[in-house]
Amino acid sequence: MDELYRDQILEHYKRPHNFGRLESFDLEFEDSNPFCGDEQHVFIRLDESDRVAEVSFEGQGCAISTAATSLLTDELVGKTRQELLELPKDYVLELLGIDISATRMKCALLGLKVVKGAGLGKPADWEDEGEQGDPSQAAAV
Amino acid sequence: MEPTATTAPALPRSLEEIRAEFPILAREVNGRPLAYLDNGATAQKPLRVIESLDRFWRTHNANVHRGVHTLSEEATALYEGARQTVAAHLGADRRETIFVRNATEAINLVAYSWGRSNLAEGDRIVLTEMEHHSNIVPWYQVARERGAALDWAPIDAEGRLDLTALAELLERGPKLVCVAHVSNVLGTVNPIAEIARMAHDAGALIVVDGAQAGPKLPLDMPELGADFYAITAHKMYGPTGLGVLFGRRELLDEMPPFIGGGSMIRKVERDLITWAALPAKFEGGTPPIAEAVGFAETVRWLDELGLDAVHATEVELAGHMLERLGDVPGLRLFGPPAGSDRGAIVSFELEGIHAHDVSEILDRHGVAVRAGHHCAQPLMERLGVAATTRASGAVYNTHGEIDRLVEGLHDARRVFGLG
Repeated sequence: MDELYRDQILEHYKRPHNFGRLESFDLEFEDSNPFCGDEQHVFIRLDESDRVAEVSFEGQGCAISTAATSLLTDELVGKTRQELLELPKDYVLELLGIDISATRMKCALLGLKVVKGAGLGKPADWEDEGEQGDPSQAAAV
Repeated sequence: MEPTATTAPALPRSLEEIRAEFPILAREVNGRPLAYLDNGATAQKPLRVIESLDRFWRTHNANVHRGVHTLSEEATALYEGARQTVAAHLGADRRETIFVRNATEAINLVAYSWGRSNLAEGDRIVLTEMEHHSNIVPWYQVARERGAALDWAPIDAEGRLDLTALAELLERGPKLVCVAHVSNVLGTVNPIAEIARMAHDAGALIVVDGAQAGPKLPLDMPELGADFYAITAHKMYGPTGLGVLFGRRELLDEMPPFIGGGSMIRKVERDLITWAALPAKFEGGTPPIAEAVGFAETVRWLDELGLDAVHATEVELAGHMLERLGDVPGLRLFGPPAGSDRGAIVSFELEGIHAHDVSEILDRHGVAVRAGHHCAQPLMERLGVAATTRASGAVYNTHGEIDRLVEGLHDARRVFGLG
Protein backbone atom coordinates (compact mmCIF):
# COMPACT_ATOMS: atom_id res chain seq x y z
CA MET A 1 0.00 0.00 0.00
CA ASP A 2 1.13 3.52 -0.71
CA GLU A 3 2.37 5.08 2.56
CA LEU A 4 1.40 8.65 1.72
CA TYR A 5 -1.54 8.19 -0.60
CA ARG A 6 -3.47 5.74 1.56
CA ASP A 7 -7.02 4.92 0.56
CA GLN A 8 -8.35 7.09 3.37
CA ILE A 9 -6.39 10.12 2.11
CA LEU A 10 -7.44 9.58 -1.50
CA GLU A 11 -11.05 9.06 -0.42
CA HIS A 12 -11.09 12.40 1.42
CA TYR A 13 -9.35 14.09 -1.53
CA LYS A 14 -11.83 12.81 -4.10
CA ARG A 15 -14.91 13.23 -1.93
CA PRO A 16 -14.03 15.73 0.78
CA HIS A 17 -16.42 15.92 3.73
CA ASN A 18 -18.10 19.21 4.58
CA PHE A 19 -17.25 20.63 1.17
CA GLY A 20 -19.09 23.69 -0.10
CA ARG A 21 -20.36 26.93 1.29
CA LEU A 22 -22.79 27.13 4.25
CA GLU A 23 -25.93 29.12 3.50
CA SER A 24 -25.60 30.98 6.76
CA PHE A 25 -22.49 31.26 8.85
CA ASP A 26 -21.09 33.35 11.68
CA LEU A 27 -17.39 32.94 10.99
CA GLU A 28 -15.52 32.59 7.74
CA PHE A 29 -11.93 32.94 6.68
CA GLU A 30 -9.96 32.45 3.51
CA ASP A 31 -6.25 32.00 3.23
CA SER A 32 -3.75 30.64 0.79
CA ASN A 33 -0.40 29.05 0.75
CA PRO A 34 1.77 31.73 -0.84
CA PHE A 35 4.35 29.20 -2.02
CA CYS A 36 2.01 27.04 -4.03
CA GLY A 37 -1.17 29.09 -4.48
CA ASP A 38 -3.46 26.56 -2.76
CA GLU A 39 -6.52 28.28 -1.30
CA GLN A 40 -9.06 27.29 1.31
CA HIS A 41 -12.12 29.10 2.57
CA VAL A 42 -13.82 27.88 5.74
CA PHE A 43 -17.37 28.68 6.97
CA ILE A 44 -18.55 28.13 10.54
CA ARG A 45 -22.04 28.49 12.05
CA LEU A 46 -22.18 28.79 15.83
CA ASP A 47 -25.00 27.72 18.15
CA GLU A 48 -26.48 29.80 21.03
CA SER A 49 -23.68 28.74 23.34
CA ASP A 50 -21.05 29.85 20.81
CA ARG A 51 -20.03 26.35 19.91
CA VAL A 52 -19.49 25.13 16.35
CA ALA A 53 -22.86 23.93 15.03
CA GLU A 54 -21.87 23.44 11.42
CA VAL A 55 -18.70 23.82 9.40
CA SER A 56 -17.77 23.64 5.73
CA PHE A 57 -14.89 24.53 3.45
CA GLU A 58 -14.16 25.10 -0.20
CA GLY A 59 -11.04 25.74 -2.23
CA GLN A 60 -8.48 24.03 -4.35
CA GLY A 61 -5.58 22.04 -3.07
CA CYS A 62 -3.55 18.89 -3.27
CA ALA A 63 -4.52 15.50 -1.84
CA ILE A 64 -2.78 16.25 1.46
CA SER A 65 -4.27 19.69 2.11
CA THR A 66 -7.76 18.67 0.99
CA ALA A 67 -7.78 15.45 3.03
CA ALA A 68 -6.39 17.24 6.09
CA THR A 69 -9.13 19.86 6.05
CA SER A 70 -11.79 17.27 5.30
CA LEU A 71 -10.69 15.24 8.33
CA LEU A 72 -10.31 18.32 10.52
CA THR A 73 -13.75 19.71 9.74
CA ASP A 74 -15.27 16.36 10.76
CA GLU A 75 -14.01 16.99 14.29
CA LEU A 76 -15.03 20.58 14.92
CA VAL A 77 -18.74 20.43 15.79
CA GLY A 78 -19.27 21.21 19.48
CA LYS A 79 -15.97 22.98 19.97
CA THR A 80 -15.90 26.53 21.32
CA ARG A 81 -14.17 29.34 19.53
CA GLN A 82 -11.43 29.25 22.11
CA GLU A 83 -10.97 25.52 21.57
CA LEU A 84 -10.49 26.16 17.86
CA LEU A 85 -7.73 28.62 18.61
CA GLU A 86 -6.01 26.14 20.89
CA LEU A 87 -5.93 23.22 18.43
CA PRO A 88 -2.34 22.06 18.15
CA LYS A 89 -0.72 21.18 14.83
CA ASP A 90 -0.27 17.59 15.99
CA TYR A 91 -4.07 17.29 16.14
CA VAL A 92 -4.24 17.46 12.34
CA LEU A 93 -1.16 15.31 11.84
CA GLU A 94 -2.70 12.59 14.03
CA LEU A 95 -5.95 12.76 12.08
CA LEU A 96 -3.97 12.27 8.87
CA GLY A 97 -2.06 9.40 10.44
CA ILE A 98 0.74 9.48 7.87
CA ASP A 99 4.28 10.79 7.94
CA ILE A 100 4.36 14.31 6.56
CA SER A 101 7.67 15.51 5.18
CA ALA A 102 8.94 19.02 5.84
CA THR A 103 8.01 20.13 2.32
CA ARG A 104 4.42 18.89 2.64
CA MET A 105 3.87 20.26 6.17
CA LYS A 106 2.39 23.49 4.84
CA CYS A 107 -0.11 21.46 2.80
CA ALA A 108 -1.16 19.45 5.84
CA LEU A 109 -1.65 22.52 8.03
CA LEU A 110 -3.39 24.94 5.64
CA GLY A 111 -6.86 23.95 6.89
CA LEU A 112 -5.91 24.42 10.53
CA LYS A 113 -4.47 27.83 9.69
CA VAL A 114 -7.74 28.85 8.05
CA VAL A 115 -9.90 27.46 10.88
CA LYS A 116 -7.85 29.41 13.42
CA GLY A 117 -8.14 32.50 11.23
CA ALA A 118 -11.94 32.08 11.30
CA GLY A 119 -11.91 31.73 15.10
CA LEU A 120 -9.74 34.77 15.44
CA GLY A 121 -11.32 36.89 12.72
CA LYS A 122 -7.89 37.67 11.29
CA PRO A 123 -4.85 35.74 10.08
CA ALA A 124 -3.59 33.49 12.85
CA ASP A 125 -0.11 34.21 14.08
CA TRP A 126 1.50 31.38 12.22
CA GLU A 127 5.02 30.13 11.86
CA ASP A 128 5.70 28.90 8.36
CA GLU A 129 6.64 25.51 9.56
CA GLY A 130 8.37 23.38 7.00
CA GLU A 131 9.28 26.25 4.71
CA GLN A 132 12.78 26.33 6.07
CA GLY A 133 13.06 22.59 5.82
CA ASP A 134 14.02 20.29 8.62
CA PRO A 135 17.65 20.82 9.65
CA SER A 136 17.96 17.26 10.97
CA GLN A 137 16.96 15.96 7.54
CA ALA A 138 19.43 18.25 5.81
CA ALA A 139 22.22 16.88 7.98
CA ALA A 140 21.32 13.34 7.00
CA VAL A 141 21.70 13.96 3.26
CA MET B 1 8.08 23.34 -37.70
CA GLU B 2 10.30 20.96 -39.71
CA PRO B 3 13.91 20.91 -38.54
CA THR B 4 16.10 22.19 -41.34
CA ALA B 5 19.59 20.77 -41.56
CA THR B 6 21.05 24.00 -42.88
CA THR B 7 19.93 26.17 -39.95
CA ALA B 8 20.24 23.71 -37.04
CA PRO B 9 23.90 23.42 -36.08
CA ALA B 10 24.96 20.34 -34.12
CA LEU B 11 26.55 20.40 -30.66
CA PRO B 12 30.33 19.91 -30.81
CA ARG B 13 30.17 17.03 -28.32
CA SER B 14 27.88 14.05 -27.91
CA LEU B 15 25.08 14.06 -25.36
CA GLU B 16 26.95 11.39 -23.36
CA GLU B 17 30.05 13.59 -23.27
CA ILE B 18 28.05 16.63 -22.17
CA ARG B 19 26.30 14.64 -19.43
CA ALA B 20 29.65 13.37 -18.18
CA GLU B 21 30.66 16.98 -17.53
CA PHE B 22 27.96 17.29 -14.84
CA PRO B 23 28.92 15.39 -11.67
CA ILE B 24 25.44 15.63 -10.14
CA LEU B 25 23.85 13.77 -13.06
CA ALA B 26 25.56 10.60 -11.77
CA ARG B 27 23.51 10.81 -8.57
CA GLU B 28 20.67 8.56 -7.60
CA VAL B 29 17.43 9.81 -6.07
CA ASN B 30 15.16 7.33 -4.31
CA GLY B 31 17.14 4.47 -5.79
CA ARG B 32 16.76 5.67 -9.38
CA PRO B 33 19.17 7.65 -11.55
CA LEU B 34 18.36 11.34 -11.23
CA ALA B 35 16.27 12.69 -14.14
CA TYR B 36 16.62 16.40 -13.55
CA LEU B 37 13.79 18.25 -15.28
CA ASP B 38 13.66 21.33 -13.05
CA ASN B 39 16.11 23.38 -15.09
CA GLY B 40 13.73 26.32 -15.31
CA ALA B 41 14.26 26.77 -11.56
CA THR B 42 18.01 26.31 -11.69
CA ALA B 43 20.35 24.40 -13.99
CA GLN B 44 23.05 21.99 -12.84
CA LYS B 45 26.71 23.02 -13.07
CA PRO B 46 29.46 21.54 -15.23
CA LEU B 47 32.65 20.49 -13.46
CA ARG B 48 34.58 23.27 -15.20
CA VAL B 49 32.45 25.88 -13.43
CA ILE B 50 32.65 24.14 -10.05
CA GLU B 51 36.44 23.96 -10.42
CA SER B 52 36.75 27.60 -11.39
CA LEU B 53 34.96 28.61 -8.17
CA ASP B 54 37.17 26.28 -6.16
CA ARG B 55 40.30 27.64 -7.87
CA PHE B 56 39.30 31.21 -7.12
CA TRP B 57 38.68 30.50 -3.44
CA ARG B 58 41.90 28.50 -3.08
CA THR B 59 44.33 30.73 -4.94
CA HIS B 60 43.04 34.21 -5.81
CA ASN B 61 40.55 35.24 -3.15
CA ALA B 62 40.68 38.94 -2.20
CA ASN B 63 38.35 41.91 -2.46
CA VAL B 64 38.36 43.75 -5.76
CA HIS B 65 39.35 47.34 -6.63
CA ARG B 66 41.61 49.60 -4.59
CA GLY B 67 43.74 46.81 -3.13
CA VAL B 68 47.41 47.28 -3.87
CA HIS B 69 48.54 43.79 -3.26
CA THR B 70 48.96 40.83 -5.55
CA LEU B 71 45.84 38.88 -4.60
CA SER B 72 43.61 41.94 -4.91
CA GLU B 73 45.08 42.73 -8.30
CA GLU B 74 44.48 39.14 -9.42
CA ALA B 75 40.92 39.14 -8.10
CA THR B 76 40.23 42.50 -9.79
CA ALA B 77 41.64 41.29 -13.08
CA LEU B 78 39.52 38.13 -12.90
CA TYR B 79 36.38 40.05 -11.93
CA GLU B 80 36.77 42.68 -14.65
CA GLY B 81 37.84 39.98 -17.10
CA ALA B 82 34.59 38.17 -16.29
CA ARG B 83 32.67 41.33 -17.12
CA GLN B 84 34.45 41.50 -20.47
CA THR B 85 33.55 37.87 -21.22
CA VAL B 86 29.89 38.41 -20.33
CA ALA B 87 29.73 41.69 -22.26
CA ALA B 88 31.10 39.98 -25.37
CA HIS B 89 28.52 37.20 -24.97
CA LEU B 90 25.77 39.84 -24.95
CA GLY B 91 27.24 41.92 -27.78
CA ALA B 92 27.52 44.75 -25.27
CA ASP B 93 30.09 47.19 -23.95
CA ARG B 94 31.60 46.42 -20.53
CA ARG B 95 30.12 49.68 -19.20
CA GLU B 96 26.67 48.37 -20.18
CA THR B 97 27.19 45.12 -18.26
CA ILE B 98 26.21 45.52 -14.59
CA PHE B 99 26.74 42.69 -12.12
CA VAL B 100 23.86 42.31 -9.67
CA ARG B 101 22.54 39.44 -7.51
CA ASN B 102 19.99 37.95 -9.90
CA ALA B 103 17.54 38.84 -12.67
CA THR B 104 15.07 40.06 -10.05
CA GLU B 105 17.54 42.62 -8.76
CA ALA B 106 18.39 43.66 -12.33
CA ILE B 107 14.72 44.50 -12.99
CA ASN B 108 14.36 46.21 -9.62
CA LEU B 109 17.37 48.34 -10.49
CA VAL B 110 15.60 49.57 -13.62
CA ALA B 111 12.30 50.08 -11.78
CA TYR B 112 13.79 52.05 -8.92
CA SER B 113 16.45 53.97 -10.82
CA TRP B 114 14.92 54.60 -14.24
CA GLY B 115 11.31 54.24 -13.12
CA ARG B 116 11.44 56.64 -10.22
CA SER B 117 13.15 59.32 -12.30
CA ASN B 118 11.11 58.91 -15.46
CA LEU B 119 7.59 57.87 -14.52
CA ALA B 120 4.96 60.41 -13.54
CA GLU B 121 1.27 60.52 -12.71
CA GLY B 122 -0.78 59.01 -15.53
CA ASP B 123 2.12 57.34 -17.33
CA ARG B 124 1.53 53.79 -18.53
CA ILE B 125 3.61 50.60 -18.35
CA VAL B 126 2.76 47.57 -20.49
CA LEU B 127 3.30 44.12 -18.95
CA THR B 128 2.27 40.79 -20.44
CA GLU B 129 0.04 38.08 -18.99
CA MET B 130 2.94 35.62 -19.12
CA GLU B 131 5.33 37.60 -16.90
CA HIS B 132 7.09 36.10 -13.90
CA HIS B 133 6.47 37.99 -10.65
CA SER B 134 9.97 39.43 -10.96
CA ASN B 135 8.82 41.45 -13.99
CA ILE B 136 5.50 42.41 -12.37
CA VAL B 137 6.06 43.27 -8.73
CA PRO B 138 8.78 45.96 -9.19
CA TRP B 139 6.55 47.71 -11.76
CA TYR B 140 3.51 47.46 -9.50
CA GLN B 141 5.53 49.03 -6.69
CA VAL B 142 6.98 51.88 -8.72
CA ALA B 143 3.66 52.47 -10.50
CA ARG B 144 1.92 52.82 -7.13
CA GLU B 145 4.57 55.22 -5.96
CA ARG B 146 4.52 57.39 -9.09
CA GLY B 147 0.82 57.20 -9.91
CA ALA B 148 1.46 55.30 -13.13
CA ALA B 149 -0.88 52.64 -14.56
CA LEU B 150 -0.20 49.06 -15.66
CA ASP B 151 -1.64 47.56 -18.85
CA TRP B 152 -1.58 43.81 -19.50
CA ALA B 153 -0.88 42.52 -23.00
CA PRO B 154 -2.85 39.28 -23.39
CA ILE B 155 -1.76 35.90 -24.67
CA ASP B 156 -3.64 33.99 -27.34
CA ALA B 157 -5.20 30.52 -27.01
CA GLU B 158 -1.88 28.81 -27.82
CA GLY B 159 0.05 30.81 -25.24
CA ARG B 160 1.77 33.25 -27.58
CA LEU B 161 1.77 36.97 -26.97
CA ASP B 162 -1.09 38.63 -28.87
CA LEU B 163 0.85 41.19 -30.90
CA THR B 164 -2.30 42.83 -32.28
CA ALA B 165 -3.54 43.50 -28.77
CA LEU B 166 -0.06 44.71 -27.82
CA ALA B 167 -0.14 47.17 -30.74
CA GLU B 168 -3.45 48.52 -29.43
CA LEU B 169 -1.99 49.04 -25.96
CA LEU B 170 0.99 50.81 -27.52
CA GLU B 171 -1.43 53.34 -29.04
CA ARG B 172 -2.04 54.55 -25.49
CA GLY B 173 1.53 55.84 -25.45
CA PRO B 174 3.19 53.85 -22.66
CA LYS B 175 6.64 54.81 -21.43
CA LEU B 176 7.76 51.21 -21.04
CA VAL B 177 7.10 47.67 -22.26
CA CYS B 178 8.15 44.83 -19.90
CA VAL B 179 8.28 41.38 -21.44
CA ALA B 180 9.84 37.97 -20.86
CA HIS B 181 12.02 36.65 -23.68
CA VAL B 182 11.02 33.05 -22.84
CA SER B 183 8.01 32.28 -20.62
CA ASN B 184 8.95 30.24 -17.54
CA VAL B 185 5.58 28.48 -17.67
CA LEU B 186 4.58 28.24 -21.33
CA GLY B 187 8.00 27.88 -22.93
CA THR B 188 6.95 30.52 -25.48
CA VAL B 189 9.86 32.33 -27.12
CA ASN B 190 8.69 35.88 -27.68
CA PRO B 191 9.83 37.76 -30.82
CA ILE B 192 11.81 40.35 -28.88
CA ALA B 193 13.32 42.16 -31.88
CA GLU B 194 9.84 42.70 -33.31
CA ILE B 195 8.37 43.75 -29.96
CA ALA B 196 11.28 46.15 -29.44
CA ARG B 197 10.62 47.75 -32.84
CA MET B 198 6.94 48.11 -32.00
CA ALA B 199 7.75 49.62 -28.60
CA HIS B 200 10.33 52.03 -30.01
CA ASP B 201 7.98 53.13 -32.80
CA ALA B 202 5.48 53.99 -30.09
CA GLY B 203 8.11 55.93 -28.15
CA ALA B 204 8.46 53.36 -25.36
CA LEU B 205 11.53 51.62 -23.96
CA ILE B 206 11.64 47.85 -23.55
CA VAL B 207 12.76 45.86 -20.49
CA VAL B 208 13.34 42.18 -21.22
CA ASP B 209 13.35 39.46 -18.57
CA GLY B 210 15.86 37.03 -20.06
CA ALA B 211 16.08 34.69 -17.05
CA GLN B 212 14.83 31.70 -19.05
CA ALA B 213 16.33 32.79 -22.37
CA GLY B 214 19.90 33.02 -21.04
CA PRO B 215 20.58 29.27 -21.13
CA LYS B 216 18.54 28.72 -24.30
CA LEU B 217 19.22 31.38 -26.93
CA PRO B 218 22.06 33.38 -28.44
CA LEU B 219 21.72 36.89 -27.03
CA ASP B 220 22.89 39.86 -29.04
CA MET B 221 21.66 43.08 -27.49
CA PRO B 222 21.89 45.33 -30.58
CA GLU B 223 20.16 42.68 -32.69
CA LEU B 224 17.37 42.24 -30.12
CA GLY B 225 17.00 45.99 -29.70
CA ALA B 226 16.60 45.69 -25.92
CA ASP B 227 17.01 48.83 -23.84
CA PHE B 228 17.36 46.78 -20.67
CA TYR B 229 17.89 43.01 -20.45
CA ALA B 230 18.17 40.88 -17.31
CA ILE B 231 19.81 37.46 -16.97
CA THR B 232 20.75 35.27 -14.02
CA ALA B 233 23.84 33.06 -13.90
CA HIS B 234 22.40 30.06 -12.06
CA LYS B 235 19.81 29.27 -14.73
CA MET B 236 22.66 29.35 -17.30
CA TYR B 237 24.62 26.49 -15.64
CA GLY B 238 26.53 29.03 -13.50
CA PRO B 239 26.65 29.95 -9.80
CA THR B 240 23.78 31.37 -7.75
CA GLY B 241 24.06 34.90 -6.40
CA LEU B 242 24.93 36.62 -9.66
CA GLY B 243 22.74 38.31 -12.24
CA VAL B 244 23.53 40.70 -15.03
CA LEU B 245 21.71 43.80 -16.13
CA PHE B 246 22.41 45.01 -19.63
CA GLY B 247 21.37 48.63 -20.16
CA ARG B 248 22.04 50.92 -23.10
CA ARG B 249 24.82 53.24 -22.09
CA GLU B 250 23.04 56.50 -22.78
CA LEU B 251 20.22 55.37 -20.49
CA LEU B 252 22.48 54.10 -17.68
CA ASP B 253 24.53 57.31 -17.86
CA GLU B 254 21.47 59.40 -17.06
CA MET B 255 20.11 57.14 -14.31
CA PRO B 256 20.73 57.67 -10.59
CA PRO B 257 22.32 54.85 -8.57
CA PHE B 258 20.12 52.14 -7.06
CA ILE B 259 22.17 50.68 -4.20
CA GLY B 260 24.23 53.25 -2.29
CA GLY B 261 27.45 52.32 -0.52
CA GLY B 262 31.07 51.51 -1.15
CA SER B 263 32.55 51.38 -4.66
CA MET B 264 29.74 53.27 -6.40
CA ILE B 265 30.92 56.79 -5.57
CA ARG B 266 33.40 59.19 -7.08
CA LYS B 267 33.68 61.31 -3.95
CA VAL B 268 31.80 61.55 -0.67
CA GLU B 269 31.76 64.92 1.04
CA ARG B 270 29.48 65.85 3.91
CA ASP B 271 27.21 67.91 1.69
CA LEU B 272 27.80 66.42 -1.73
CA ILE B 273 28.25 62.93 -3.08
CA THR B 274 29.14 62.28 -6.70
CA TRP B 275 28.81 58.97 -8.48
CA ALA B 276 31.38 56.66 -9.97
CA ALA B 277 31.42 56.06 -13.72
CA LEU B 278 29.75 53.02 -15.30
CA PRO B 279 29.58 50.21 -14.45
CA ALA B 280 30.69 50.90 -10.84
CA LYS B 281 27.86 53.42 -10.32
CA PHE B 282 25.44 50.49 -10.08
CA GLU B 283 27.61 48.10 -8.08
CA GLY B 284 27.48 49.33 -4.48
CA GLY B 285 29.18 47.09 -1.92
CA THR B 286 31.42 44.08 -2.38
CA PRO B 287 30.17 42.27 -5.47
CA PRO B 288 29.81 38.48 -5.92
CA ILE B 289 33.42 38.10 -7.07
CA ALA B 290 33.93 34.35 -7.20
CA GLU B 291 30.47 33.98 -8.74
CA ALA B 292 31.37 36.41 -11.53
CA VAL B 293 34.59 34.50 -12.19
CA GLY B 294 32.66 31.22 -12.20
CA PHE B 295 30.05 32.71 -14.51
CA ALA B 296 32.71 33.77 -17.01
CA GLU B 297 33.81 30.13 -17.14
CA THR B 298 30.15 29.16 -17.65
CA VAL B 299 29.77 31.60 -20.53
CA ARG B 300 32.93 30.27 -22.20
CA TRP B 301 31.52 26.76 -21.82
CA LEU B 302 28.17 27.80 -23.30
CA ASP B 303 29.81 29.67 -26.17
CA GLU B 304 31.89 26.59 -26.97
CA LEU B 305 28.69 24.54 -27.24
CA GLY B 306 27.15 27.35 -29.25
CA LEU B 307 23.73 28.64 -28.26
CA ASP B 308 22.34 28.12 -31.75
CA ALA B 309 23.11 24.41 -31.32
CA VAL B 310 21.77 24.41 -27.74
CA HIS B 311 18.54 26.00 -29.00
CA ALA B 312 18.16 23.48 -31.83
CA THR B 313 18.75 20.60 -29.39
CA GLU B 314 16.15 21.90 -26.96
CA VAL B 315 13.57 22.56 -29.68
CA GLU B 316 13.94 18.90 -30.63
CA LEU B 317 13.67 17.86 -26.96
CA ALA B 318 10.56 20.03 -26.53
CA GLY B 319 8.98 18.27 -29.51
CA HIS B 320 9.62 14.90 -27.87
CA MET B 321 8.25 16.12 -24.53
CA LEU B 322 5.05 17.45 -26.10
CA GLU B 323 4.53 14.30 -28.14
CA ARG B 324 5.09 11.88 -25.25
CA LEU B 325 3.13 13.90 -22.69
CA GLY B 326 0.28 14.29 -25.15
CA ASP B 327 -0.26 10.53 -24.94
CA VAL B 328 -0.93 10.53 -21.19
CA PRO B 329 -4.70 10.27 -20.54
CA GLY B 330 -6.22 13.28 -18.80
CA LEU B 331 -3.17 15.46 -19.37
CA ARG B 332 -3.72 19.06 -20.43
CA LEU B 333 -0.70 20.80 -21.95
CA PHE B 334 -0.12 24.55 -21.83
CA GLY B 335 1.87 26.65 -24.29
CA PRO B 336 2.49 26.64 -28.04
CA PRO B 337 2.99 23.50 -30.15
CA ALA B 338 6.48 22.29 -31.02
CA GLY B 339 8.54 24.65 -33.14
CA SER B 340 11.43 27.06 -32.98
CA ASP B 341 9.41 29.43 -30.77
CA ARG B 342 8.78 26.72 -28.19
CA GLY B 343 11.50 26.14 -25.60
CA ALA B 344 11.82 22.90 -23.62
CA ILE B 345 9.62 24.17 -20.79
CA VAL B 346 6.40 22.19 -20.58
CA SER B 347 3.68 22.88 -18.03
CA PHE B 348 0.71 20.60 -17.70
CA GLU B 349 -2.24 19.62 -15.57
CA LEU B 350 -3.10 15.99 -14.88
CA GLU B 351 -6.84 15.60 -14.37
CA GLY B 352 -7.77 14.51 -10.87
CA ILE B 353 -4.29 14.91 -9.37
CA HIS B 354 -2.92 18.13 -7.91
CA ALA B 355 0.48 19.26 -9.18
CA HIS B 356 2.04 18.74 -5.73
CA ASP B 357 0.99 15.13 -5.68
CA VAL B 358 2.22 14.62 -9.25
CA SER B 359 5.60 16.03 -8.25
CA GLU B 360 5.75 13.90 -5.10
CA ILE B 361 5.13 10.70 -7.06
CA LEU B 362 7.59 11.65 -9.83
CA ASP B 363 10.24 12.18 -7.15
CA ARG B 364 9.85 8.55 -6.15
CA HIS B 365 10.93 7.74 -9.70
CA GLY B 366 13.97 10.01 -9.38
CA VAL B 367 12.32 12.56 -11.68
CA ALA B 368 12.66 16.18 -10.49
CA VAL B 369 10.01 18.64 -11.72
CA ARG B 370 8.40 21.74 -10.24
CA ALA B 371 4.84 22.15 -9.03
CA GLY B 372 2.95 25.30 -8.17
CA HIS B 373 2.18 28.71 -9.62
CA HIS B 374 5.75 29.22 -10.83
CA CYS B 375 5.71 32.83 -9.62
CA ALA B 376 3.27 33.65 -12.41
CA GLN B 377 -0.10 34.01 -10.68
CA PRO B 378 -1.69 36.35 -13.26
CA LEU B 379 -0.86 33.72 -15.90
CA MET B 380 -2.32 30.92 -13.72
CA GLU B 381 -5.51 33.00 -13.45
CA ARG B 382 -5.56 33.49 -17.24
CA LEU B 383 -5.14 29.73 -17.76
CA GLY B 384 -7.79 28.99 -15.14
CA VAL B 385 -5.59 26.79 -12.96
CA ALA B 386 -4.31 27.11 -9.40
CA ALA B 387 -1.07 25.30 -10.13
CA THR B 388 0.64 23.30 -12.84
CA THR B 389 3.38 20.73 -12.98
CA ARG B 390 6.35 21.92 -15.02
CA ALA B 391 9.04 19.81 -16.63
CA SER B 392 11.85 21.98 -17.92
CA GLY B 393 14.65 20.54 -20.01
CA ALA B 394 18.25 21.52 -20.55
CA VAL B 395 20.99 20.67 -23.01
CA TYR B 396 21.87 17.49 -21.05
CA ASN B 397 18.42 15.89 -20.91
CA THR B 398 17.72 12.69 -22.83
CA HIS B 399 14.67 11.19 -24.46
CA GLY B 400 15.02 8.35 -21.95
CA GLU B 401 14.48 10.83 -19.10
CA ILE B 402 11.32 12.12 -20.76
CA ASP B 403 10.11 8.54 -21.07
CA ARG B 404 10.70 8.08 -17.33
CA LEU B 405 8.70 11.26 -16.68
CA VAL B 406 5.82 9.76 -18.66
CA GLU B 407 6.12 6.43 -16.80
CA GLY B 408 5.96 8.35 -13.52
CA LEU B 409 2.79 10.10 -14.66
CA HIS B 410 1.16 6.78 -15.46
CA ASP B 411 2.15 5.62 -11.97
CA ALA B 412 0.59 8.75 -10.44
CA ARG B 413 -2.65 7.90 -12.21
CA ARG B 414 -2.47 4.37 -10.82
CA VAL B 415 -1.87 5.64 -7.26
CA PHE B 416 -4.90 7.89 -7.57
CA GLY B 417 -7.00 5.07 -8.96
CA LEU B 418 -7.30 6.65 -12.38
CA GLY B 419 -5.27 4.35 -14.58
